[in-house]
Amino acid sequence: MSDLIHASAVELATQIANKTVSAVEVTQAHLERIAEVDGRVNAFLHVDTDGALEQARAVDHAVASGQALSALAGVPLALKDVLTQTGVPTTAGSKILEGWRPPYDATVVERLRDAGVVILGKTNMDEFAMGSSTENSAYGPTHNPWDLERIPGGSSGGSAAAVSAYEAPLAIGTDTGGSIRQPAAVTGIVGAKPTYGAVSRYGLVAFSSSLDQAGPFARTVVDTALLHSVIAGHDPRDSTSIKEAVPDVVGAAKSADVSKMRIGVVRELSGEGYQPGVQARFDEAVELLRAQGAEIVEISCPSFTYALGAYYLIAPSECSSNLARFDAMRFGLRTDDNGELSAEDVMRHTRAAGFGPEVKRRIILGTYALSSGYYDAYYGQAQKVRTLITRDFEAAWASVDVLISPTTPTEPFRIGERVNDPVAMYKADLCTLPSSLYGGPAISVPIGLGDENLPVGLQVMAPVMADDQVYRVAGAVEKALAQQWGGLLLDQAVAL
Amino acid sequence: MSAISRDDVAHLASLARIELTEQELNDYAGQLDVILTAVASISEVAADDIPPTTHAVPVVNVFRDDVVTPSLNRDSVLDHAPAAEDGRFRVPRILDEE
Repeated sequence: MSDLIHASAVELATQIANKTVSAVEVTQAHLERIAEVDGRVNAFLHVDTDGALEQARAVDHAVASGQALSALAGVPLALKDVLTQTGVPTTAGSKILEGWRPPYDATVVERLRDAGVVILGKTNMDEFAMGSSTENSAYGPTHNPWDLERIPGGSSGGSAAAVSAYEAPLAIGTDTGGSIRQPAAVTGIVGAKPTYGAVSRYGLVAFSSSLDQAGPFARTVVDTALLHSVIAGHDPRDSTSIKEAVPDVVGAAKSADVSKMRIGVVRELSGEGYQPGVQARFDEAVELLRAQGAEIVEISCPSFTYALGAYYLIAPSECSSNLARFDAMRFGLRTDDNGELSAEDVMRHTRAAGFGPEVKRRIILGTYALSSGYYDAYYGQAQKVRTLITRDFEAAWASVDVLISPTTPTEPFRIGERVNDPVAMYKADLCTLPSSLYGGPAISVPIGLGDENLPVGLQVMAPVMADDQVYRVAGAVEKALAQQWGGLLLDQAVAL
Repeated sequence: MSAISRDDVAHLASLARIELTEQELNDYAGQLDVILTAVASISEVAADDIPPTTHAVPVVNVFRDDVVTPSLNRDSVLDHAPAAEDGRFRVPRILDEE
C-alpha cells in the first residue's frame, strides 16, 4: 500500500487505467495515510471518506466498462477549503462559515469531478486566504512535514503540506499574492499560479477579486501541469475568465527544453534580506539552466521594490469590500440575535465573533485606504504602482522569455515566530507579489535545501497566457536536479 | 501619510461593522501605523501621469441573453440561513420601534 502513496499522479492514473490497482484501493491507501499522519500535520479540516470512496467506485466502474478515461481519473486530491463543494463543509478557515455546507460546486470542483479526480477532503488555510503561514486559520496551524515546528507557508499551507506528507499526490490551492508558490517552496513541492483569468473563480470564496487565482500543487512538474490543464479554461460564470485556448502546459513540462530560451534574473529580488543558503541554491539553479543551453541575462525591474506596498493596500481594500457579504443575514454565523439588538448590532457582534485578528486588521486597513481623503494617497497610488510593475514586466519581455528569482527570501520560519509582527510576515511574499499584481503565470519548483536544511524554491514568471513557458523551465530544473539527487527533493525529507 | 489613532480605528471599525474591544482598538492602532509606514514608500513614486490598473486583464462587461436559466433551489438556500420563516430570510429588526 505504501507504494501507492509515494507514486506520482501519472503512475497512479496509469495503474488504475490498466487495472493493476483499483481507484478504491488508491483512495483507501491515502485515507489510511491521512489517519496515520494528519494528527501531527493538521493539513485537513474535513476528510470526506464516503464521498471520496464513492467517486473512486465510479472511476472503477468506468474502467470496468471500458469507458474513455481522463489523464487523472481515479487520482486523489486535496482541495483548499476556500472552494465550494456541494454538501461538504466549506469554512475558508473562518469561524464565520463554520458548519456551512454550500449548495453548489465551484467550477474547479465541477471540472475535477468530470475528470474523475477523487476529492479526499478540504484543507486548512489562513482565514479567507489572508496570511503566509496558515497560522491565521481559526482551526489551528498546519505543520510543515519537513519539520513540524515550522510553518508550511500560506495561505494554502494545508494543501501544500498534504502533498508533501504523501496524504495526496495532488492538491488545489489559491494564490492572491503568493499563496500557492510560497507554500510549495517551503514544503519542497511544485506549485503554480496560472495566468489571472485562466481558472474560473466561480465558487472561490473571494478575498481580493482582481488578484485571486486557483492553481495546482503536485510533487512533479508533469503532475502539476496535468492538474493545471484539468482546471483551466473559459467559464461563462466568471466575467474575468479568459476566452482563449489553454496553453499546452503538459507538452511544455514534458519537453523541459530550455535551449535557446532567454532567461532573465531579476536584480531587485536578491541581496539584503535573502538568506545565503537561498541565494546559493538559486545561483546553482541559474548555472544548471545555463548548462542546458539557456541564455541568462540580468534584468532590472525597479518598480518591483514597491510591490509589497501596493499589494498590502490593494488586497486589504478589495477584502474590506468583499467581506461585507458576511453580514449574519443570509448564511454563516449569527450571534446575539436576542430580539433586543438591531440588525446592525447583530452584524457588528457576529463579525467581531466570527473574524480572526488578521482578517479584522485587513478589513480596517482596507476601509482606511478606501476612505475619502486617503483614497488617492493609498488605493489610487497603489493602482498606479501596479501599472508601473506591469510595465517593468512588459519591458522585460522585449529581451527575455521568462524571469526567475528565489520563490521566498528565507526558509520556512518557526510557528509563532512572526505572528505579532505583521510586516515581517508580509515579507514572506516579497518575491511572489510582482507577478500577482501583473497577472502573469508563475511557478515554484524545488531547488535544494538551505542553511537550515529546509526546502528552497525557484520561481519562474512568464508573460500573460504563456503558462507553458513556466512549466518548460521548471521541467528543465527538475530533470537536471533529479540526475544529481537520483530522485525528487522530497525523497530527502525525514519520513513522518 | 498621517499616524493612525485609537479613535480613527474605532471610526473605521464602525464603518466596517465590527465591534472591537478596547484591547483590539489599541493593538490595531499601533499595528496599522507600522503597516502604513511600511507601505508608505509607494508615495515616493512619481505617478501623476500614470493610469491606474484595476485588473490584471482588461475587463469588459459580459452580457448574456435575457432568458431564464435554472438557479439554486429556494429551500436549499434557506437551509443555510441563520433564521428563516415562511420561505424568507428572517432578520433582526432594521427600524427603530416607536
